[in-house]
Parts: sequence; C-alpha cells; structure tokens
Amino acid sequence: MKHLTNLKLKVWRQDGPDTVGKFETHVVESVSDEASFLEMLDQLNEKLIGENKDAIVFDHDCREGICGTCSLMINGRAHGPQRATTTCQLHMRTFSSGDEIVIEPWRAAAFPIIKDLMVDRASFDRIIESGGFITSPTGGAPDANLIPVPKPVSDAAMDSAACIGCGACVAACPNGAANLFTGAKIAHLSVLPQGQAERFKRAEAMVNSMDDQFGSCTNHGECSAACPKEISLDVIALMNSDFRKSKSKNRKQLSRG
Amino acid sequence: MAKTQQTLTKAGKSLAPRQPVTGTALSVRKKRSFIADIYSTAIGKKYAMAISGIALMGFVLFHMIGNLKMYLGAAELDHYAEFLKELLYPLAPKGAVLWILRGGLLAMLALHLHAAWSLTILNHQARPVKYQSPRDYEVANFASRTMRYSGMIVLSFLIWHLLDLTFGVVNTVGTDNTFVKGEVYANVVRSLDRWPVAVFYILANLLLGIHLRHGAWSIFQSLGWNNPRFNSWRWSFATVFALVVVIGNISFPIAVLAGIVKL
Repeated sequence: MKHLTNLKLKVWRQDGPDTVGKFETHVVESVSDEASFLEMLDQLNEKLIGENKDAIVFDHDCREGICGTCSLMINGRAHGPQRATTTCQLHMRTFSSGDEIVIEPWRAAAFPIIKDLMVDRASFDRIIESGGFITSPTGGAPDANLIPVPKPVSDAAMDSAACIGCGACVAACPNGAANLFTGAKIAHLSVLPQGQAERFKRAEAMVNSMDDQFGSCTNHGECSAACPKEISLDVIALMNSDFRKSKSKNRKQLSRG
Repeated sequence: MAKTQQTLTKAGKSLAPRQPVTGTALSVRKKRSFIADIYSTAIGKKYAMAISGIALMGFVLFHMIGNLKMYLGAAELDHYAEFLKELLYPLAPKGAVLWILRGGLLAMLALHLHAAWSLTILNHQARPVKYQSPRDYEVANFASRTMRYSGMIVLSFLIWHLLDLTFGVVNTVGTDNTFVKGEVYANVVRSLDRWPVAVFYILANLLLGIHLRHGAWSIFQSLGWNNPRFNSWRWSFATVFALVVVIGNISFPIAVLAGIVKL
C-alpha cells in the first residue's frame, strides 16, 4: 500500500441555495492510494471536525457504485477522470502526490445546491413521476416467462435500466440537458412488451417534464462519456422517435404496433 | 417564500420550491395545433433544426455541383444560370420555380436560425451559474462546441456572397471594376481574383464544412434515425458529405487564383 502526499484540494463551499459560494483550499498531507475519493474526503472532514470547523457536505450512500447518490465534478469531469466509474468507486491511485484537485458540485438550474457539494436532484423524480412506470395489477406474482421477451430486447432494456440517476449526464452536458437520463428511463420501458400500453403517453409526459426543467441536446456526447453506467446515445434517438410518434399516433390503434 | 428556499425559473416558468415531488411533475401545457405543439418543445425545435438542415444541405450540395460547370467554361456556366431561371418552363412561368425554391430556402434558413436562437437561450437558462473551474471535455469536439459561431460566420459569409455575386454591390473593385448581370462566369473570376476575397471564401467554406460534419450527423440523432446496423454509416455520411462540399467549393477560389479558371 502506497500513500499519496501533499494533495491540494480546491473545494466548493456554499452555505445554502441562495448564498454566494467560493473555492476553499485544503491540503491533504497523506492518504492511502487504496482509499476511495470519498474516503479521502471523509479523512479531510474528520480533520476539519477536529479543528472545530464545518465538515464539507457531499452526497453519498451505497459507496459501491450502484445507488447514484454520489456526484462531484472532479477536475472538470463528472465523477472524475476514470470512465464508467462513480465518484465512490474512484480510487486515489488515479491521482499522484502533489496533484491539485478541483471539486465542484453539479451545476444546473434544475439541480439547486443544498450546501457545499450537495445538490437537489428532485427534478429527476419529477420526470419519473410523470411517466417512468408501467401500470400493472398488484397481487400474486404472475408465472415466470408468461410474456415472451426476446433476449436482445431484454438486454437492451437492461442496458437502459442500468441508469442510476446520478445526474452526471446533466452535469457533463454543456447545455445542462437531461436527454440521456430521460432517454434511458423511456427506453428501459418502451422496448419491453410490458411497456407498450403506455409507451406514447409516457414519452410525451416525460419529455414535457424534462423540457420544463432542463436544457436541450446538441449531440456533443459528453453525457454518455461521463455516464458511470455507459448508457448509449442511442436512447436519446429512441426517445426522439417515440416522442415524434406520440404526437401523431392514433391512440385508438395503439395495439396495431 | 422563505429566503432560504430556492425558486427555479427557466423559460419564464416558475417551478415549485424544494418540497416533496408528488403532484409537481407536470406543468399545465397550452392546447396548440399539431405543428405549434411540437415546435413548442425542445425536441420539436431539434426536428426543425434537422429538417431545415436537410433542406440547406441539399442547397449547398447542388450549388456546389452547379458551380463545377465553371470548369467547362463561361458559356456552360452562364447557360446553367439561365436554365435555373427557366426551371419547369413552359409548365410554370419563367423564374417561378426558382423563386419558389428561393422562398423555401429562406423559410428554412429562418426556421434554422429561430430554432438555434431559442434553443441557445433555453440552454443558457438551464445552467445560469457556470462551472467555476475549467471543464475537461471528453468527446465534445471543436465542431460540436462551435456550431453557433461557425453558423454565424457562415451566415455572414452568405450575406456577403449574395451582395458579391447576386446583387453585385461589393463586386466593383475587381480587375476591371465591373459586375455584369448574367455574366456569371466573368463575375466569379473578377471577384475571386482579389486574394482577400478568395481567402475569405476558403475560410468560410472550411467553417461550413465543420458545421456540416456535426450537423449532418446530428440530423440522425435528432430525428431518431438510429439503427445499430447503420449507425457507423452516420459519421461516414457526415464526413463524406462535408468533404465533398468543402473540396468542391474551395476549389473555385483556388482555381481562379491559380489561373486555371480565367477570363
């Protein structure tokens, strides 16, 4: 186990949503290269608390890359320099001793800063609430394999369902657009047979909700590059075509495919 | 509202302050006609960008192909210009079809500009506080990040180009100080013989190529034309299209400067 020494952190500090924030510089004298990025921040926070200062507030939960709670813009990249990796799974071995590391919160009108590096991502919940579901009766579990789903279809649905809703796509997008997130959530359901009944209603509602809160897509591809789950830009094309069809499809003939 | 609560405002709409999200998901949308309804959304404006883009791409391609006639000599090019005025004559009156095409192109250009303008405003509102540290872009390239600027420069070039070779307003300082309506070949040579003009044409066309490469690819995404079997063709199409247009177009000022095309 090696140690990294003398890391200079420039961390964004902001007391609340409406206050003016600024960068604050902290030095981490020594940290294990096996520590995760968040563990490094924990270590710094323990020191700050020991000095009777406010700890740096940041989002985290599962710390195993599956919950989508952690965020952080690290050196100008969402979730840091490593591809397909959430901040909690980013390890200090990615950096070297003496590095300056700049840490900023996600920035978007729809993601107001709560404090320091923590942002409110309720905008995503609004998009999901508007249509990110299927309606099915509760009760006894249906028999398995009652509805045949071709393997490529279930794989495609799973690829989209891998989205953990962390918001890196919005953070990385030069336009603050949520097309990758919304596209993934639409694609996840609308490629499956179970999602067909509400397919066009869903596309329309979720796109409208996204439109109210986020910017628009200019096809840079930054979202997909920043995505810890490597969601493909294909979901955006699928959303665009489903949204177009939602405007013209005769709803009385939905079952005709 | 308490001072500590944040009100989100984007596109003039007030979103709810921070609170449980239930019941806040959908804003009420106005009833509009089909086209207006689609165009009122960001994705609809992207359709408009794509469709008007296709029309404008068709124009630049056929404009370039038509101009290749200059390599066949003055008579051929001037005759081609005359033919454009007589499109579909005698089915339609002389000039009618040309003016319909011009009108369509102007409408498409206006649509392209309006969509770009309103999407730019939307995007700025989506991130009112910029990142305070430098961004490290992974895949966003020069073309995609300069679409607005390359578009603006190409637009100003287009205006100058019309003043130069359609209206003949700025084409009076050439070798023999004349612009003669109908003498297309001679006018082109007289204009492009001035090296600053030729350089401007070349630079503007390189920017047009950069704009076209990102735009031609984006069309497929914006319109939702995505199929794993053909996806790799999309970049190839965009690259080849941009190259064909740019190489064709910049060959004209180079040919004039090199004396291959001369009076």
